[in-house]
Amino acid sequence: MLAVDGISVYHGDAQALDEVSLTVDEGAIVAIVGANGAGKTSLIRTIAGMHRPASGRITFQGNEIAGLPSHQVCNLGIGQVAEGRQIFPSLSVSENLDMGAMLPRARGARERNRQRVLAMFPKLAERLAQAAGTLSGGEQQMLAIGRCLMGEPRLVMFDEPSLGLAPTIVHDVLKTIRDLNAEGITCVLVEQNVAVSLKIASRAYVLENGRITLSGTGAELLADARVRQAYLGI
Amino acid sequence: MAITLNVIVQGVLTGLVYGLMALGLSVIFGVMRVVNFAHGEFTVIAMYAAFILFEMLGLQPLIVLLPIAAAFFVVGYLLQRSLISPFVGRAEHEQFILLVGLATVIVNGLLLVFGPDARPINLPYSFDSYAIGSLFIDKVRVYAALGAFAVAAALFLFFRYTRTGTAIRACADNLTGAAVVGLDVKQLYAVTFGLGLACVGAAGTLMATIADASPSLAQAYTLLAFTIVIIGGLGSMVGALVGGVLIGVSEALAGFYIQPSMKSMFSFALLIIVLVLRPQGLLGRRL
Ligand SMILES: Nc1ncnc2c1ncn2[C@@H]1O[C@H](COP(=O)(O)OP(=O)(O)O)[C@@H](O)[C@H]1O
Ligand SMILES: [Mg+2]
Repeated sequence: MLAVDGISVYHGDAQALDEVSLTVDEGAIVAIVGANGAGKTSLIRTIAGMHRPASGRITFQGNEIAGLPSHQVCNLGIGQVAEGRQIFPSLSVSENLDMGAMLPRARGARERNRQRVLAMFPKLAERLAQAAGTLSGGEQQMLAIGRCLMGEPRLVMFDEPSLGLAPTIVHDVLKTIRDLNAEGITCVLVEQNVAVSLKIASRAYVLENGRITLSGTGAELLADARVRQAYLGI
Repeated sequence: MAITLNVIVQGVLTGLVYGLMALGLSVIFGVMRVVNFAHGEFTVIAMYAAFILFEMLGLQPLIVLLPIAAAFFVVGYLLQRSLISPFVGRAEHEQFILLVGLATVIVNGLLLVFGPDARPINLPYSFDSYAIGSLFIDKVRVYAALGAFAVAAALFLFFRYTRTGTAIRACADNLTGAAVVGLDVKQLYAVTFGLGLACVGAAGTLMATIADASPSLAQAYTLLAFTIVIIGGLGSMVGALVGGVLIGVSEALAGFYIQPSMKSMFSFALLIIVLVLRPQGLLGRRL
């Protein structure tokens, strides 16, 4: 479904990604594991069209998308639950959801998707008129996920969705990701909680200093001595 | 006492037109963090547009208000897409040079075409006034203030209740978030600059009924718009109108009781007082 082929990305002079390649099959959950600063967010944002790769190709469902602006990439069905949630704090919950459905692909289905999202996250339904910035961290994450679903994505990239959340809520977020995957949404998952993300991933990549150093099925990486030492502390 | 009240009411009416002009500056800055240093220059272009349409075609400013605002929207939209877009997010001094350069070109263009003389629009009711009790209110000022209020209200409603308006607020709120959900930020910025200039187009058209168009007004209006926006609070739409009214009243009182050439001194004094007591402006959020 998604193929990243040898992309290099620079922030100014500093190289963030060096010839990174990976593939995401339709229906999969693909985990990307790596330390802080490894380049995970840079990778997700490059796929999303927020950074332009200096070289390499990105294809989504057979179409070249590297270099397309982010609004066009989103409109192909690539959604993002971004690092730091990136909700609109002074807009209401309802307006935040609407902003997820500004894409031409999603405008027609706005009401149906809104009902679906509110059924999924009843907490949001109780707070529709409230400014999003006043929500708790967990509620903001639900809003970020709900807002993404308003765009009718086929692929969703989750960037540290459980960062800073209480353990019970982390569990809810991961369950939500599995549910969405079961409904047919392909997922890319970047998670602090490496053990859990490898457990639910069908395929996983290790990113170190902007390079892919290891890849395999989730189970293979869970069993790998280097991964266990570096990321699981075992 | 009655005279003072009369002066104050006239100041409020003029101030609403100032407020509409400043609203354009505030919207552009609030969304894109670009300071339009050519703001007064565009206002004066609109005054000349109203003047020409009146002199050549006999069309009164209130009739051409919306067409001029619409034309300014298009100009603003295209300007943002071509000239200004590459400068968004760049260092302030680079934006400053671009827009000050634009302002200089505009003023010299106006001098070249129209010369330095002031051009009044002599409407049939230019010297009429409404008598309310002991008050005498200029008809033109009442119309101009109503026009300014209506345009400002339309802009409020647009930002509050339309999806495009909400999307522009979303860009101002969290630009990364806007890219994340796939908002077309460049397009929305162009609409924003267009709306900012539409305010200017409307304000200039209304201003032409209460002041005579001349190139020398341009810089003064740019400064006036800044003063108003800073007093009212950067990025606050209501603040721009409140600041406009305050400046309008202060100018009117200073002009009447002291002398007209002193009026901007009082505006700046007001600015300094606000900056000392409430640096974020009257209705601005603390930065
Ligand atoms: N906008 C930016 N400008 C400059 N450097 C950046 C920017 N974003 C990320 N970086 C740098 O690129 C590297 C990769 O960062 P990032 O992709 O955020 O890693 P991760 O998400 O894995 O923590 C880091 O060294 C980071 O400091
Ligand atoms: Mg990151």
